[in-house]
Amino acid sequence: MSITPFVPSWQYYRRKIAGATMLALCYLSAVLAIVPLVLIFFYTINRGVSYLNLDFFIQMPKPVGEPGGGMANAIVGTLVLVATGSAIGLPIGILTGIYLAEFGNNKFAYFARFMTDVLSGVPSIVAGVVAYGLVVVPMKHFSAAAGGVALAILMIPTVTRTTEEMIRLVPHSYREAALALGIPMWKTTMQIVVRTAFRGIITGILLSIARIAGETAPLLFTALGNRFWSTSLDQPIGSLTVFIYDYAKAPFEDWNNQAWAAALVLIILISGLSLAVRVVTRSKFVQR
Amino acid sequence: MRLKTSPRHNLGDVVFKYTTMIFALIVLSLILLMGYEMYQDSKPSILKFGWSFLTGTTWDPVQEEYGALPFIFGTLVSSAIALVIALPLSIGIAIFLSELAPPRLERPLSFLIELLAGIPSIVYGLWGIFVLVPWIRTSIEPFFSRHLGFLPIFHGAPYGFGMLAAGLILSIMVLPIIASISRDVLKSVPQTQREASLGLGATKWQSIRLILKDAKSGILGATLLGLGRAIGETMAVTMVIGNRPTISYSLFDPGYTMASVIANEFTEATSSMYISALIEIALLLFVMTIIVNMLARILVWSVTRSTR
Repeated sequence: MSITPFVPSWQYYRRKIAGATMLALCYLSAVLAIVPLVLIFFYTINRGVSYLNLDFFIQMPKPVGEPGGGMANAIVGTLVLVATGSAIGLPIGILTGIYLAEFGNNKFAYFARFMTDVLSGVPSIVAGVVAYGLVVVPMKHFSAAAGGVALAILMIPTVTRTTEEMIRLVPHSYREAALALGIPMWKTTMQIVVRTAFRGIITGILLSIARIAGETAPLLFTALGNRFWSTSLDQPIGSLTVFIYDYAKAPFEDWNNQAWAAALVLIILISGLSLAVRVVTRSKFVQR
Repeated sequence: MRLKTSPRHNLGDVVFKYTTMIFALIVLSLILLMGYEMYQDSKPSILKFGWSFLTGTTWDPVQEEYGALPFIFGTLVSSAIALVIALPLSIGIAIFLSELAPPRLERPLSFLIELLAGIPSIVYGLWGIFVLVPWIRTSIEPFFSRHLGFLPIFHGAPYGFGMLAAGLILSIMVLPIIASISRDVLKSVPQTQREASLGLGATKWQSIRLILKDAKSGILGATLLGLGRAIGETMAVTMVIGNRPTISYSLFDPGYTMASVIANEFTEATSSMYISALIEIALLLFVMTIIVNMLARILVWSVTRSTR
């Protein structure tokens, strides 16, 4: 009895080569995915950084032709809009998340969860149209409040789903221990479970703020934009994103450059938030 | 023996449960409210134009004649270009992240892809106007018209702004969504599948092909989620597509999408019929994305849930 030596057939080589080719393509696509990211960061930093100075943060926009000026009002406007959106969206989102996590084993909750996911896919411009109908039309003028409502609609799904996921990560033994001590269910939820999941919930809040801080489309016909100083919820208000849009379209080089500077500020803000999320999620219960 | 709980505790629990439930109800009714609000606001246009709104090709605010076909066409074509480019790349990335990359490489790369998803649409648009469009005008379009100019999709003057630019920028924007969800789907395929096929002597790639087969419906769901994003994407597209309501076979020609016509013309719409027509487009967009997202979620859930 002899052992036949292994003689590779052509099929053997074929599948080896096919496999190696496809794997190489996978590696290649991973590299290609990074290219646009690098390009966008490179151009934004490169073109934005030379126009980013103290004036940008503390000066008001100058009229066409006058060089210099800044976007102090737009920066404050973005903060006002995000704060308004959060004031409406966060409580709704967090409480819905708590409901879905703690009482979420019925048909209604499944449906609510499903619709929340669907809501997260609604285009932001549609949220703007809805806020226009709900707020701008009855008030008869554009306002920061309308922009806040549009942003709230957009942040609710993110907050809801992350809150739910984070609360679900809290071990059951915590609930059981608290209930065994005679603490009522609702106190257990609010003071033990939610507190344990607190860092995770903060993550969700930061993620949703990162999402709405960069929104433009829903603000175009709700908050409208404003070249003057305003913090009133009742009046149109400027925002970094709408300024970028107007300044990018304008045929003045000075304005285009300021658009890049504003884009840089926005990217730093949003990347900073995602980085903060990364740091926060390194806690005990949020390991993925 | 029944456990006795004090009535005070019970009351607190009941109040708590129903308070949170009311908020869940608010979220749920939000979608209905949105649809109802837009339906009410677009009623004049719906009543006047009926179904011909969907097939009309004239968009003339002066004559008060509105047909949405050029916008529907623009939305579908730009999204299709985006998917054709982004899908193979995304699947490659997903395979890399879930099957090939060592953990040391996987985490940072996942983070970079998340960052790409987090860049605001307006920054993509800014980059599109000043970097991508000039590049398309001077390099890509001349290249295609020189070598493949006989195809009708590559006819016309290299203008830069147009369907091709919109499709390209959309492909960059949907890539992180499709890639990260496909990665999750691939990861949810049980480890035993990999072990079984490798144990039978399959090459790495043959084993991956089997895993892809298992993950097929999840990847389709991820693609639909990407499609939903592409359909609704507004700012970046508005800034590079050229904004002309024409239906042209050439990718070099400017177009218009449903989202960008709303963004561009809403504030300058003066007559109530004009606004009503724009809101009807928003309603159409809303219905389209809801359907696409529902299908997507069902597909993604069916994979990531059943195998857990």
